[in-house]
Amino acid sequence: MSDKTKLPVGQEAIEEFGWLYAHRFLLLRRASQVFFLGLFMLGPWFGIWWVKGNLSGSMTFDVLPLTDPFITLQGFFALYWPETTALIGALIVGVAYALIGGRVYCSWVCPINPVTDGAHWIHEKLGMQKGWQPKQGTRYWILTMVLAVSALTGTIAWEVVNPISMLHRGLIFGMGFAWAFVLAVFLFDIFVSRRGWCGHLCPVGTFYGLLGTKSVLRVSAVKRSDCDDCMDCFAVCPEMHVITPALRGKDDDTPIILSPDCTNCGRCIDVCAMDVFKFTHRFDDTPAPGRVQRTRTQPASGASKAA
Amino acid sequence: MSAPQRKSSPMDRRRFLKDSARGVAGCAVAGMGLAYLVSDARALPAQAIRPPGALDEDDFLAACIRCGLCVRDCPYDTLKLAELGYDGPATGTPYFTARDVPCEMCDDIPCVVACPTGALDHGLTNIDDADMGVAVLIDQETCLNALGLRCDVCYRVCPVIDEAITLERRHNERSGHHAIFMPVVHSDKCTGCGKCEKSCVLPDAAAIKVLPRRIAMAPAADHYKLGWEDRNPLVDELIDLPDRLPGPGTDNLVAPGGYAPDALPDPNMDGGFAPSYSLPSMGGSN
Repeated sequence: MSDKTKLPVGQEAIEEFGWLYAHRFLLLRRASQVFFLGLFMLGPWFGIWWVKGNLSGSMTFDVLPLTDPFITLQGFFALYWPETTALIGALIVGVAYALIGGRVYCSWVCPINPVTDGAHWIHEKLGMQKGWQPKQGTRYWILTMVLAVSALTGTIAWEVVNPISMLHRGLIFGMGFAWAFVLAVFLFDIFVSRRGWCGHLCPVGTFYGLLGTKSVLRVSAVKRSDCDDCMDCFAVCPEMHVITPALRGKDDDTPIILSPDCTNCGRCIDVCAMDVFKFTHRFDDTPAPGRVQRTRTQPASGASKAA
Repeated sequence: MSAPQRKSSPMDRRRFLKDSARGVAGCAVAGMGLAYLVSDARALPAQAIRPPGALDEDDFLAACIRCGLCVRDCPYDTLKLAELGYDGPATGTPYFTARDVPCEMCDDIPCVVACPTGALDHGLTNIDDADMGVAVLIDQETCLNALGLRCDVCYRVCPVIDEAITLERRHNERSGHHAIFMPVVHSDKCTGCGKCEKSCVLPDAAAIKVLPRRIAMAPAADHYKLGWEDRNPLVDELIDLPDRLPGPGTDNLVAPGGYAPDALPDPNMDGGFAPSYSLPSMGGSN
């Protein structure tokens, strides 16, 4: 930890590069979220039916089918083999996210992300304690549970409660009381558990994470030797445990963030005044020397405190 | 992360077991809650009709991904996605309410074509084979035709007119000398489109309603033999017993002393068989 740790998150980067550049991936991400939601809203709002359907399944320009592979997987567990259209759609989506990182869905597309980001913003403003932090394995337990319930009930079980499709479908087709699920996630993230829903519980994110385990697009702490311990990347990262192995790695440890939990949101790149991080591919073997050993014996322990 | 390697100690094992138990228990509780919600979602209300070709409700909830493409391709805005809390069917699944907007039974069945998963069975290519439900003349006290008036609207609007609904003439017991033209639904022809329910002239609910087949129909009594449909005898071979013919002598098997079969009057004649002979006197006087 350094004196800069106490400065507001991202301040040095803003001073160094300007506000816009220090928020470039955040802005791009919001633009992407608006873009993907907007594509679906063009029809209901303006009668331009380029894209029909919702994130669970859609048809673009009447030729490109897209299907949520997680929903398709639950269908398999419910012993239903869908028509080819849905299978092709799931394959396209699955391959795309397997390449660019499964949880790119979470940070660049999912409509719940702005909700939980908003909740996190309020959580920080209120200076709340981090609250209940489920264990790393919890999300995998929940994913298993969802698939088990799908199999036992013979239904696509998660769609009964999934706040993502509730919100997305609600905006496009009509909300009903679906907002209650969204509000529940919002309040949960503010008051019960910091980054609780997306970071620890949501089985959709967990599935996409597993899908992108070997994804090509990755963030790398390639200039980790320049790190000045300001801790801003840990402060903005929704899955901060993914940074440590890369950033604090020794010379022969890869600087690439390989954890499937990383959402490729790029926020760490934004806030780093030392320009440590960048997007790259997983086969990038640019030499990235580790940092010179500090006097502190356990630099990584600072990370969990900053969290 | 280069975490220091430790030998696993009994403490670690205990912790692992504790964490696992916690995870399993938590997921079991959450899973039961989810399973409850799922079973709750299965309760499809009778008035909510699934689109043409929809699989049975149990299979439907395994197949439908709730994408709404059927809704988008329905040219008459018949189909809707159920909204949580407002509509009865499982959230986000397609349905329609016949009294509001019935199915227009498009020849190309665009909703089925649009379905990416086959939750609407792509095997349905002739809309007349659709089985969304069965119309039932459920209120025979207020139906105008049942009262002896000539409304006939449900009969007239039926896309399968004179097959799915026929008007059957009955005697009007009330007036004693009029007819009642009773709308009668034939379940093998009715597609459940709901046009009859939509156009029923009653002010609020309709006297004729489309109901899911599971509610409208009862399984046939297969253990009963319907002689008028099934003329085959229960035994394999006909047992030809000798006919007992009328006439003198009660054991008249080959007509000794009685009448030969060709001498009998036609039993199909109006009034039935009338003996043209006098029975032997039983004694006494008359």
